Amino acid sequence: MSIDTQQETPGEWEYSPAPERTQVSIEPKNKLFIGGKFVSPKSRSWFVTLNPATEEKLADIACGGKADVNAAVLAAKKALPKWSKLDGSVRAKYLYRIARRIQERAREFAILETMDGGKPIKESRDIDIPLAAQHFFYYAGWADKLEYAFAGCTVSPVGVCAQIIPWNFPLLMAAWKLAPALACGNTCILKPAETTSLTALRLAEVIQEIGLPEGVANIVTGAGNTGRLLAEHSGVNKVAFTGSTEVGKLLMRGTAGTGKKLTLELGGKGANIIFADAAIDQAVEGIISGIYFNQGHVCCAGSRLLVEESILDEVVQKLTHRLRSLRVGDPLDKNTDLGAINSQSQLEIVQQYVRAGVDEGAQLHEVHQERLPSKGYWCHPCFFTDVQPSHTIAREEIFGPVLSIMTFRTPQEAIMRANDSPYGLAAGIWTDKGSKIFEIAKELEAGVIWCNTYNKFDPASPFGGFKESGFGREGGMQGLRPYVRLQKVRGSAS
Amino acid sequence: MARLTVPKTYKLYINGKFPRTESGRSIAVENLRGETVAHICHGSRKDFRDAVEAADKAFTSWSGISGYLRGQIIYRMAEMLESRCEEFASAIQVTQSMTANSARKEVDASVDRLVRFAGWTDKYQQVIGCANPVAGSYYNFTIPQPQGVVVAIAPKTPSLLGLISCIGAPLCSGNTIVAIGSDLHPMSTAIFGEVCQTSDVPSGVINLITGLQQELIEHIATHRQVTGIYAANISQKNRILIEEGAADSVKRVHCVTADDDAWYDNSQMASPWEVEPFVEMKTIWHPSAC
Repeated sequence: MSIDTQQETPGEWEYSPAPERTQVSIEPKNKLFIGGKFVSPKSRSWFVTLNPATEEKLADIACGGKADVNAAVLAAKKALPKWSKLDGSVRAKYLYRIARRIQERAREFAILETMDGGKPIKESRDIDIPLAAQHFFYYAGWADKLEYAFAGCTVSPVGVCAQIIPWNFPLLMAAWKLAPALACGNTCILKPAETTSLTALRLAEVIQEIGLPEGVANIVTGAGNTGRLLAEHSGVNKVAFTGSTEVGKLLMRGTAGTGKKLTLELGGKGANIIFADAAIDQAVEGIISGIYFNQGHVCCAGSRLLVEESILDEVVQKLTHRLRSLRVGDPLDKNTDLGAINSQSQLEIVQQYVRAGVDEGAQLHEVHQERLPSKGYWCHPCFFTDVQPSHTIAREEIFGPVLSIMTFRTPQEAIMRANDSPYGLAAGIWTDKGSKIFEIAKELEAGVIWCNTYNKFDPASPFGGFKESGFGREGGMQGLRPYVRLQKVRGSAS
Repeated sequence: MARLTVPKTYKLYINGKFPRTESGRSIAVENLRGETVAHICHGSRKDFRDAVEAADKAFTSWSGISGYLRGQIIYRMAEMLESRCEEFASAIQVTQSMTANSARKEVDASVDRLVRFAGWTDKYQQVIGCANPVAGSYYNFTIPQPQGVVVAIAPKTPSLLGLISCIGAPLCSGNTIVAIGSDLHPMSTAIFGEVCQTSDVPSGVINLITGLQQELIEHIATHRQVTGIYAANISQKNRILIEEGAADSVKRVHCVTADDDAWYDNSQMASPWEVEPFVEMKTIWHPSAC
């Protein structure tokens, strides 16, 4: 079947605007959350957070300096003895309360997330916020069952945790970090990304509301330097970081020899492999959700599409058709598929990569023609064909709505190409043949393998990478491991 | 006239063969009376690189065979070691002031340690992996997989039991090994290759280097084909070197500090939590629908 992609004329099927109209109030000045209180930064320094869809200022955010980081670590340290000795079932109840309050304030969180980060409201409403609540709910239940997760061991918390998160899933990442750490009896200092602090600070309100003991969870906003100060602080026992591989390596060097436990969830260049025997229409949907979900600001994005050569034309044609139907624009509009790029600097990075793709000889398909808003940071979702494995766009993480398409002839070639990357976070496989799925899944060097689906997340499902995509897992039973010390029960010596 | 004895030449064990060090260097091993009783290879960086190359080549097949088969091969190592108990007990005692009884106890524990790891090959997956009850129509499970080439830096003591423990934990899950033996008490490492070679351990799966650990530390830390490092009882200075160097390719580093008693304890040195640092958790999703 051939699809006449020229058939639809713009305007014929236009949607009426469907903006989310609920007003969410934002404090003009957002303070740090330390020791259970909102406090002004001792650094006296503030920075502006923008709405990337309008470039309008939303608020000032406190920029944590050295004294602020000190205060937060001190508060966490002070809270540790009591919190870690608290009965697990009691810790659980605090976390259940957090989950419930997030659910009750879900709309407010979703709107705030979309305003601050630029992601479509349908994603923050249906994915980010419910998953964040679910994450607290899931780990709450582990708090009094930790011994069962580690065969032959008794467990104790690691101590004070420094947790540094990125801007692509702000509240969800906060939940990924805080929920397991608190369940295991640790105390935390969370450092949100510079451009997306608002929902983390709203979470601080929730933490205050539900009466979590003071200092158990602290939130220190700021930029990279604040994160560095936090990770390097001698009072910290554990560093958990989600972000770029470059910064991850700096943290490895910075914590070398300190005895600090470290977990890293870093970059990716996910291979999404489509075999000729796949259900093609479903696979095309998988390509779309793999790379255009959250504007491609996803570390596990399926940014390298490997298509079996015989179906390349069909896939490109269907992808072109589907891409044209994506709606890019006002993130608060409920029909929007792609929102704004998170920041000016990220937009520039994405544009540089697109230029590099063209310069190096790949063919750019800018099939998405919808007019973009005049203000804000926007990027047409696009894809490249004729991509060589050596091209920059096939090797480096773009973190934007840009897909690189390559072909293969045999399953062995697909495996080889997929694994030809220093990264190993996630991969996709599309085929209707069960035995093939398992064989390819076994061979791929990636921590998450989505078979006949892509970009699915669940608190019960561990997430994390092989190779230079980092180490440690978040989610599931394995997600507890970074936050406990194991005392092995001494058996009989041989 | 008394018969002139034939002293043994001790060599490295790389890729299933016993080469001399390419560096042409050797180290004299003195017994407790200060007499030179052997010369062992003073392994070089090049020897180490050769060993990593061999281990890397051996990884696909070693990680691909069934746990049952890996278990039988490691069990065979235990059988071979058992049959050479006396020889290993003597080797341990060359440089160490210890009774014959305690040397024998270390060898016995080493044999038992191999048996212990032989059993883990097809079981650790069930202890640390799991099916995940996600909220949706998906079948979702997490399985551990070996990482690749693991360098085992053995403790100074116990020289044999420590070596075997550092090798066994990453080996049983399917990693291939380059082990740097105790440089204080090197004799057991120098002859352990003979156990490997006679136990159906495929070439390259275990490689053994004798020499000075200190010379190799930085090189181990920054070698990009190395995926993991099991470092036992290393100094703080070396720990910094290893952890800093590991950042370059995001290697997995597992530093263990344990006294001699702890090495005898299976629950501490041969639990699934010693296997876990050298596996990667892979989570697989598949929709379930008709």
